[in-house]
Amino acid sequence: MREIQASVLTETIARLAVEANCVLPCDVKRRIEDARKNEPWETAQGILDKIIENYGIAEANTVPICQDTGVCCVFLKIGQDVHIDGDVRTAVDEGVRRGYGEGYLRKSVVKDPLRRVNTGDNTPAMLYTELVPGDRVEITVAPKGFGSENMSRLAMLKPSDGVEGVKAFILKTVEEAGPNPCPPVVVGVGIGGTFDKAAYLAKKALMRSTDERNSDPYYADLEAELLEKINALGVGPQGFGGRTTALAVNIEWMPTHIAGLPVAVNINCHVTRHKTAVL
Amino acid sequence: MEKHIQLPITRETARTIKSGESCLLSGVIYTARDAAHKRLCELLAAGKPLPFDVKDATIYYVGPTPAKPGQVIGSAGPTTSYRMDAYSPAMIAAGETGMIGKGKRSAEVVAAMKEHGAVYFAAIGGAGALLSSCIKKAEIVCYEDLGAEAVRRLEVENLPVVCVIDSEGNNLYETGRKAYLDSLG
Repeated sequence: MREIQASVLTETIARLAVEANCVLPCDVKRRIEDARKNEPWETAQGILDKIIENYGIAEANTVPICQDTGVCCVFLKIGQDVHIDGDVRTAVDEGVRRGYGEGYLRKSVVKDPLRRVNTGDNTPAMLYTELVPGDRVEITVAPKGFGSENMSRLAMLKPSDGVEGVKAFILKTVEEAGPNPCPPVVVGVGIGGTFDKAAYLAKKALMRSTDERNSDPYYADLEAELLEKINALGVGPQGFGGRTTALAVNIEWMPTHIAGLPVAVNINCHVTRHKTAVL
Repeated sequence: MEKHIQLPITRETARTIKSGESCLLSGVIYTARDAAHKRLCELLAAGKPLPFDVKDATIYYVGPTPAKPGQVIGSAGPTTSYRMDAYSPAMIAAGETGMIGKGKRSAEVVAAMKEHGAVYFAAIGGAGALLSSCIKKAEIVCYEDLGAEAVRRLEVENLPVVCVIDSEGNNLYETGRKAYLDSLG
């Protein structure tokens, strides 16, 4: 069985946390630059220019693109033929602690949601683990800002609501969010499963490249249709009006109960950050 | 065309800034977000003085990243404003004339802005690296225990903002979107 030292997890997560916060993924940059070319509204063009200038400055100077460097979501896909030597939870949190400390990132986590004292080091990470075949460990670090997280919604629709009900809920969520989540947004959608699985799928959908459509043509078409409908809402960059309200809609789905149609919408801002490494 | 505004903003000046105007702010502003607003409003409710002069003050809703060596401040873009809605009417009544954030405001905040003369600006959300270059000096005024949420006194030069809601209640989030959709015919 392959052995990986937990300290390697720590080092990798620390590095990915800084890179993810300072360098916008190429696919997201391409989406923003394409949107700028296709944006007919002058105010919106100006905002997109500033957004492009901003991520250029961040990358050149290794400073955070956005001051909300988020809660640190860490996705581990652990090959079932790997043994990690050391405590995984401790190693992950140590990686976040180091990355957020050494990278001059903001510490935005409170220890208790009601008593609200800052933990001071951005721990704990929001840790998601998945067992997969093989002997590798894939690590994705995704800082998640809360301006957009707060605009996310979940609905337990009825089977009779069907695809039209799902579309209406997604559009309503984006429209009501309006300027709050820093549009242009990336919309992560989870459909099916249970109450909690739908939310997880929506978050997972945000980890997929905005270049990549759902592998099922039915859902790929749904993604394209929703993107067009969202960009017909007129909300525009920062909510000042314009075409570019969303950069992409990513849908993940899974089987569900005969009585249910859970749908979750996890909104991300134009600073949609994630960085992956494989050990 | 951008309108240059020298801070502080008086009640009279606040009433001359119109929704949709792009402005460049220069002078002193204070930072405060959720936790600091809670404390400030507890002081106001108890009739105690605030740790800084709130008369004609402009408050920036921001929690910056820590400054790297040689930096004045880290990335410093706006946070979403509606979380301050519970506190803003009291702050405006106490003298605040300007607010900088992003996103929608409540009817109660807009009513206070109309009554007293105050203006709501948006800075570009998610452009923290760009906006921090307009901040020339930063120092902590109080609540250092809150970390990123401490109240800071900032000296800014040509900070780019857009007046979203003016003292008459006009709202760019409504008019801008409508104007764009109308332009499509």
